[in-house]
Amino acid sequence: MTTLALPYLSILRARFSLMLQYRTAAWAGVATQFWFGAIRVMTLVAFYAGTGRQPLNLAQVVTYIWLGQAFLALLPWAADAEIAANVESGNVGYERLRPVDTYFLWFARALAWRVANTCLRAGPVFVLAALVLPLTAMRDWSWRMPAGLDAAVLFLVSIALSALLSSAMTVLLNIVVTAVRTPRAAGFAMGFVNLFSGLVIPLALFPSWAQTFLLWQPFAGLADIPYRIYFGALSGAQAAEGITAQIVWVVLLVLLGQWWLDRVLSRIDMQGS
Amino acid sequence: MAQIQVENLSKSYRIAARDPGLAGAVRGLFHRRTREIAALSDVSFSLERGELLGFIGPNGAGKSTTIKILSGILRPSSGRCEVDGRVPWEQRIAHVARIGVVFGQRTQLWWDLPIIESFELLRDIYRVDGAKFGRTKDRLVEMLKIAPLLDTPLRQLSLGQRMRCEIAAALLHSPSILFLDEPTIGLDAVSKLALRDFVKDLNRAEGVTVILTTHDMHDIEALARRVIIIGNGRLLRDSSFESMRNEVLGERRLIVDFATDVGEVAVEGASIRARDGRTIEFAFDPARTAAHTLIANIARAHDVVDIRVDDPKIEEVIARFYTLHGAVES
Repeated sequence: MTTLALPYLSILRARFSLMLQYRTAAWAGVATQFWFGAIRVMTLVAFYAGTGRQPLNLAQVVTYIWLGQAFLALLPWAADAEIAANVESGNVGYERLRPVDTYFLWFARALAWRVANTCLRAGPVFVLAALVLPLTAMRDWSWRMPAGLDAAVLFLVSIALSALLSSAMTVLLNIVVTAVRTPRAAGFAMGFVNLFSGLVIPLALFPSWAQTFLLWQPFAGLADIPYRIYFGALSGAQAAEGITAQIVWVVLLVLLGQWWLDRVLSRIDMQGS
Repeated sequence: MAQIQVENLSKSYRIAARDPGLAGAVRGLFHRRTREIAALSDVSFSLERGELLGFIGPNGAGKSTTIKILSGILRPSSGRCEVDGRVPWEQRIAHVARIGVVFGQRTQLWWDLPIIESFELLRDIYRVDGAKFGRTKDRLVEMLKIAPLLDTPLRQLSLGQRMRCEIAAALLHSPSILFLDEPTIGLDAVSKLALRDFVKDLNRAEGVTVILTTHDMHDIEALARRVIIIGNGRLLRDSSFESMRNEVLGERRLIVDFATDVGEVAVEGASIRARDGRTIEFAFDPARTAAHTLIANIARAHDVVDIRVDDPKIEEVIARFYTLHGAVES
């Protein structure tokens, strides 16, 4: 098993350490995410002040927003820039010179990219929102601790599945870009990700008749499910359902990606030298 | 059995075409016209283990297409091709693990990684055993003199340094076939010579089969024992370098600087090819007229400053060959 996975693990490691070097971008990201997090917290606090009972209490919604900011880079916002560049320059076929499965090569690259970027941003946002804010007058606006040890463990499982799900989606975006041959082709993804992952409005705040659909659509597993598990809004059987939904989508999207990539690559023509 | 067997290989590309102007663009929205371009038609050859084959032809002739099909990254439209008993594009992973490829205009190393890290990554990707990798790497590093470059990221290397690292990278997994697609493009004279020596050694000492495409005839002259000329997607010629050279070098040149203005000069056994002031270039066939006879005849009849005998340049010969076969892109 280890020799089978060795090429992919090595690619993952190399790319991960490479991504960690982009520190300036990461600090800019932290500043942006903290700033937007604060604005969104203020908006929701104002919104909550005028309403009655809500499916999530204020502390949960605030924590949800901070989680969303901390793990923002984990979401599949765009296709892998390097693969997009390879498509534009016509280099994309040359990756086929390696004795590795192209799907898992792209998957390993996407995973390294998403996780490295998240590692750079999540820590500082956590320090600011969960450790510094409670010491100030804005205690109510701070990132709270998980609902319990079991919630914390389940959250780690669920967020790991988010990383896999996001990577599977990133590879799908890579495939779209490859098939259509322009990096801009993946732009449509952003709207779906934003809305259906719960980043704009937590999915629990949507009408109750839509809840089953919202939990089982593929984007919930990117953010909403792990976040709700974190503060205990999904626990027990519900948490199991959420994690099952994540696993089902990872498997389905990986299978879809493998089938599709095979088709796209088999009809790629590379002209000239 | 031959290591590489190619039979009736053809490849055509479908490219989108549209009528000019706005009307054409609108029509293209509903009905897309495509045009087929034959990049390769009916190419057949075979290659034994340990051969060193030079592939030449003008731009757009189909050299790169052939290399891409042989290396498994392009699927032909029709025809058969087997390398070491495998069909490259069908058993791609097993196939590419046994070949090394260097494209002069592309890089296979990681732009931001120090060379040694790229090498280690390739070790894992090709699943090369650690001890064996160490030995191969040390030998390549020594032969290609890249020890001082190993800690430098690729993007900081000069083209010549880069190419040496690329070649080492292509050989780390000890492939049995090495494809070199224009490996000397853009290199300075010293780097070219070093690269040719290395490739020659590799082929002779280790029996690695080499397929080389180039526009530099000195590469071919220095390396290839066998040459395939390809033009307009067709195989025009497949022969040893020597026989090709003898055939086209049947003609030689005699360049004479006269001391005075000479009018019409008639020399038996030679024809005038060009004249420039007092310098006249004659062409003659050494099999029929010996050079010394010609020189003696001219020197007896005229006041001569200098006489040189010259071979036609190999570039010139190839260019003439292309034109003869209508191989040049129109």
